[in-house]
Amino acid sequence: MILAAVPTPTPVWYLVLAAIVFAIGTVGVMTRRNPLIMFMSIELMLNAVNLSFVALSRVHGDIGGQTSVFFVMVVAAAEVVVGLGIIVAIFRKRPGATADDIALMKG
Amino acid sequence: MIELLVFIAATAMVVVGALGVLLRRHPVHAALSLVLTLFGIAVHFIAMEANFLAAVQVIVYAGAIVVLFLFVIMLLGVDRVEDLSVEPFMKQRAAAPIIGVAIAGAIGTAVIAARGILGESPTPPAPSGDDIGAIARDVFSDHVFAFELTSVLLVIAVVGTVLLARKLPKDAPATPAAPAGAVKPGGKP
Repeated sequence: MILAAVPTPTPVWYLVLAAIVFAIGTVGVMTRRNPLIMFMSIELMLNAVNLSFVALSRVHGDIGGQTSVFFVMVVAAAEVVVGLGIIVAIFRKRPGATADDIALMKG
Repeated sequence: MIELLVFIAATAMVVVGALGVLLRRHPVHAALSLVLTLFGIAVHFIAMEANFLAAVQVIVYAGAIVVLFLFVIMLLGVDRVEDLSVEPFMKQRAAAPIIGVAIAGAIGTAVIAARGILGESPTPPAPSGDDIGAIARDVFSDHVFAFELTSVLLVIAVVGTVLLARKLPKDAPATPAAPAGAVKPGGKP
């Protein structure tokens, strides 16, 4: 609808794309059982949010949105490091574990 | 016109990669699909004149994070096809596509309904061409405290990961029936 009317991409297109990627990431977290792929789906959701941050930063002409993306990337890097450390520790004790096998919080 | 072609190509990369992460059974294939998505988003960043973020996206995400994913996949030997036949949460599996379509539809409808506010034509950012300088001024003036906190966060993450990954010499062999026992030794060095 908008695609046919306007030949140059507008921030609305980027926001719709971010919504689609976020939804794909949500479905990935809900359906996949491999903890690594659930992590990748979370990365997809973070990237969708980053895309919408940059698009809205462009709408407002404010660099603050890009600063937020910078901080999101830092937090995502820390999260991946800690998460993969936990996954390695779990897989070392229980090879072939899926996310549902680790549902109990007691030892 | 060139902007439209770049948008279509990068969007195709992003959507194909995201669907690859969702649908590929093999973890290595999923990680490579994630690289495709991250590169597509970097192209979108360049199209929106966020050059610094595009470079950081390629270096940090497509470089460091995906290499870390592949490294863990290879290290653990979990590069086998996932068994999806046994599903303890059948309702969650069934509800996932509905919730996904609902999220995409809700956000997309809200964005399209608000397109009058968002502006139909792309507006150039105020400091055009110097996004690194603008980000630096913003980070080191308004958000300098948050910036210092991120350094604290990274140090905590590195120390915690070292504790998690360290082999404990006096660690008693954990019983295989204790799922959380694998995480516990990291907490008490």
